[in-house]
Formats: sequence, C-alpha cells, structure tokens
Amino acid sequence: MHFCGDFRTTYEKDIEILQTPTVRLGVAACLAFLVVFPYLVKGEYLWVGLQILIAVIGAVGLNILTGYTGMISLGQGAFFGVGAYTTAYMTTKLGLSFWVGVPAAGLVTAAAGMVFGIPSLRLKGLYLAIATLASQFILEWVFLRWEPVTGGSFGIVVPRPSIGGYVFESDRSFYYLVLAITVVMVLFAVNIVRTRTGRAFMAIRDHYISAEIMGINLFRYRILSFGISSFYAGVAGALLGHSLKFVTSEQFNIELSVAYLAMIIIGGLGSILGAIYGAIFMILLPKVLTVLTTKLTMLIPGAAGLAIAMEQGVFGLIIIFFLIFEPDGLAHRWKMIKAYWKLYPFSY
Amino acid sequence: MPLLRIDDINLSFGGVKAINGVSINVEKGSIHAIIGPNGAGKTSIFNCISSVYKPQRGAVYFEDRKVTGMKPDQVTHLGIARTFQNIALFHHMTVLDNLMLGRHQFMKRGILAGGIFLGPARTEEIENRKAVEDIIDFLEIEKIRKKPVGTLAYGLRKRVELGRALALKPKLLLLDEPMAGMNLEEKEDMARFIIDINEEWGVTILLIEHDLGVVMDISHRVSVLDFGVKISEGTPAEVANDPHVIKAYIGEDDDFLRDMEAR
Repeated sequence: MHFCGDFRTTYEKDIEILQTPTVRLGVAACLAFLVVFPYLVKGEYLWVGLQILIAVIGAVGLNILTGYTGMISLGQGAFFGVGAYTTAYMTTKLGLSFWVGVPAAGLVTAAAGMVFGIPSLRLKGLYLAIATLASQFILEWVFLRWEPVTGGSFGIVVPRPSIGGYVFESDRSFYYLVLAITVVMVLFAVNIVRTRTGRAFMAIRDHYISAEIMGINLFRYRILSFGISSFYAGVAGALLGHSLKFVTSEQFNIELSVAYLAMIIIGGLGSILGAIYGAIFMILLPKVLTVLTTKLTMLIPGAAGLAIAMEQGVFGLIIIFFLIFEPDGLAHRWKMIKAYWKLYPFSY
Repeated sequence: MPLLRIDDINLSFGGVKAINGVSINVEKGSIHAIIGPNGAGKTSIFNCISSVYKPQRGAVYFEDRKVTGMKPDQVTHLGIARTFQNIALFHHMTVLDNLMLGRHQFMKRGILAGGIFLGPARTEEIENRKAVEDIIDFLEIEKIRKKPVGTLAYGLRKRVELGRALALKPKLLLLDEPMAGMNLEEKEDMARFIIDINEEWGVTILLIEHDLGVVMDISHRVSVLDFGVKISEGTPAEVANDPHVIKAYIGEDDDFLRDMEAR
C-alpha cells in the first residue's frame, strides 16, 4: 500500500513491469506456489495444472493476435495441431529430440499461420474470422488425410522428452519443464506488447488507417502478428502432444479454437494477464463443476442423473453471466480491485 | 524550390470531381493555409499528399520526389506527418504510447530484441521516451501522459494528436482543422503551438482551417478552394480582398460585386 503515492524519478524505473513492492511480492508468491504445487496435489489435479500451463501459452498467443492486433482467429485449435504433429513427426519419424521438435513446431506453425493470415490484408472483423475458420477446416482435413506424416485417423504415439539420459516420464517432472517454458514465453509476450512491435499491433487494432499514416507497414505487422500468435499455438500444441503422449486429429477441432477465443474474452482482450486468467478459468471451471456434481450425487443419490445433465448447462450459464457482468474480462475486474485497495481507505 | 509541390492534380469519385486541376506550392519554412467552403476538396488534397488517395491525373512532389504512388507509410518516412479532421488517435492506448508510436520509424528493434527487452530494446525505449517527453513538456500535457486517450476531453485529444504528429519529427506538418470545435482559449493555445512549431522547430506547416480570423493571423500564404478548383492564392490580405473569395464565401450579389469592382 502506498500512503503518499508511488513516485518514480527515472524512465528506467517507469518502465519496469513490477513497479511496487506489493506486486513483486505477489508475483513471487505466485511463482513459489507454482513450484510447490506438484507436491501439494497429485494425480488428476496435477494434470489439471499441466493443462492450465499449456492453455496459458495458447491463450497468450491468441490474445496477441485478437486482443492486441484486433484480428479474430477461429483457427487457433488447428494451429495447435500443426505444432503437435510437427513435433510428433520429428521425434518419432525423424528421430530428433524434443529440444529440436518443440522449437521447430513453433516455427513451422508460425509459417503456417503467416500463410493463413494473408487474407487479413483484405478482410477485417467477422469476414476475417470466417477466413480463419477455413484454415481450421483445411488443416483438420490435412491432419486426417496426410497419412504418411500424421498417421491419419490412428494418430501418432509421442514420447516424453529426455535430457542426458533423464526422461521426463512422470507428470511431475514434465510439469516443471512446461512451467519453465510457460514462464519464459509469457515474459516474452509481456515484453513484445510493451515495446515497438506491440505498440504497432495496438495501433493497427485501434485505427489502422491512422497507423499506416504514422509509418506502420500494415502488411508486415498483420502477418507478423499471425506469426507470433501461431508460434505460441505451435509450442503449446507440441507440449500438449508430449504431455498426452498421443496426437490425433480429433484433439484439434473447432471446439478447441472456440474454447481459446472464450478464454481471452473472459480473461480480457488486449491483456496478457487476462489471457492467463481466462486460461485458468476455462480449464478449472469444468473440473470444479465435475467435483461439485460428484459431491452432490453422493449427498442426494436420487439427483445423480439430473446433476450430470446440468453440468454442461451450468458451465454455459456461468460463461454467459461473466460476459454480461464482466464484459471487459477478469483482468479489468482485477485492475478495479487493485485501484480500490491502493488508496484504501481514502479511495475516491 | 518549394518543399511541397502539388502539380495539377485531379481526383474524382465516380462522377463527382473532388479536385479539379489544383496546383499549390508550399515554401519551406512557411505556414500555408488552405481554406474554402465545406466540400471544396481540402481534405481530399491532404489525402492525396499522404497517398491515401491516388489522383487520376497530376502528382504531388515532396523535396522533388514524387509522392504519388507511394504507400502511406513510405510517405511518412520522407518526413510528412499529419493530424486528422475527426481525431484518429489510438483510443485504448495511453497518451504516452500514442506518442511513442509516433517514434516507430526511428526505432529499429524487432520482436526478438523486444521480447528479450533487456539490452538494446530497453535502451531504445528510454532514448525515445526522452524525445517524447520533450513534446509532452512543449504541449503541456504532463498530467495526462498515462491516461488512455479514449478518456480525454476533445480539446486535449486534439493536442495529443498534434503531439503524435510531432513525434515523427516531420519536415512538413499537415494539420486538418486543428481548431475545429474549440473554445477561444483552446484556439489561442493551439495557435501559439502552431507558431512555435513553425518558428522554433523550423517545421513547415500546411493547414486547413475554417476559422478565418486565425488563418489570417498566423499564415504566411493562403490558397482558397471552391468546388475542387483553386480560386485564389496569396498573402492573407490579398486573399481577403479577392472578389472571387468573397463570392465563394458570401454568395453572388451583383450590387456587392459591382461595388467591389468599382473600388
């Protein structure tokens, strides 16, 4: 808390990400929690944590494209698939290691994203969304039909990574690997959006004609945004493949794309923190509902059928409520809470 | 050699002739105003200069380089900045970010350096921040530098937009109605800024403005447009006494014109 305000006297201080001791403490506490998390829970719950970390990478990537550059994409799910298949092919068929496969997955997906992003030069808003929907269907078709590479409907069995003879076989060890990658990628995204490239993206989102007259090459930055976003999707998809140890085309359908869009809308468009909150919310909520339903069934055995049927409905309902009462996303609500407590009890 | 040479441009949208054979020379170091009734084609000329529109005939030359046919962002790199009639700021970005965006072409670090941040990108951010802070001081907008532009009042937005154009360090500044919708005090401030930018920063200014009092006071040269045709040009005093101009603004009146000619 800052009773007299928060004074910064140099530009170096002014551009720090974590500006106050409270925030620094909070972030340190979060990271510490993430580190001890695998020892606090086990089994299915650790698996949920792993899924959240992977979803964070994907959501942050999509938010760079949709939230920061203002281009709606319905193809994020398919780009996950490109990443997963790339690393699967490289590790199993070419015999390369995970450490080559995952970066390659990012780069291949970035290239694919840039190609499918070309319509963005002409199309905007909902029309672009439909164009990216086409990329979703084209890629899904490729996953299913390009059998020599993707294994067709059988999919590919993927190994867990190893380093110097140590295999990340347990979920716990793999969790730490994913955690490290997620932290690095989130930090990278935070830095991108607060420097030159990120400002160009936001300018294109807010007023593209004016952005062009301010000297921004629209072609370059629109494609770049698709590239970065797909890179994140590719890495996330590759990690998903390695965590499931299995890659098949059904995992990367339109439902996944919509789920990611929902994450960033619920979390907050144009906010890295929002993408993180959205990912946590969207992965955690179904699990929480399942647990509640199980508890309820144990309590009132007669309501079992009804409770299970209600689960999906309640999920949808909660999302609708969030959109009505929290249209700017969880990140915005968090900002309001912080602003309130910052000057407590003298807030105005 | 004039800094900007608009050479006999023609622009039409379908059957509507927006600009019909207009030539204007803007001398280096001057404040040049374009005036004219609504729909005279003033903003269309600006759009031809910044290459948003491509004239069907004729061309625009800046420092003897042909601007027509370039892309808008390339024109900016030559040293032409502009503001818009209906403010075109980036509404969700802060004042500071808007101005920093103006520095885009002076910054070189791409995604990799930007993503790593520490090192070159950080140095570059701070260097450009200093340049932007000079503009913030000049325009007296220190208090709002961290506010999102969307939350600001109209007069302040106009000022921020001027700041964003200045951040481009232009040789030629195009101002499209910088004083529209302002009260007297705000107009005086804006006029002071424009004169300072011209005299102290040495920036050539081409402006469109409806407030004739301001135009006559601050500009060195005035061009008058009506229905896409240039009907008069000269010093403010010459233009003010030109019967064609009076006719365009006040309308036709035989007695009045006869009086004018008799004088």
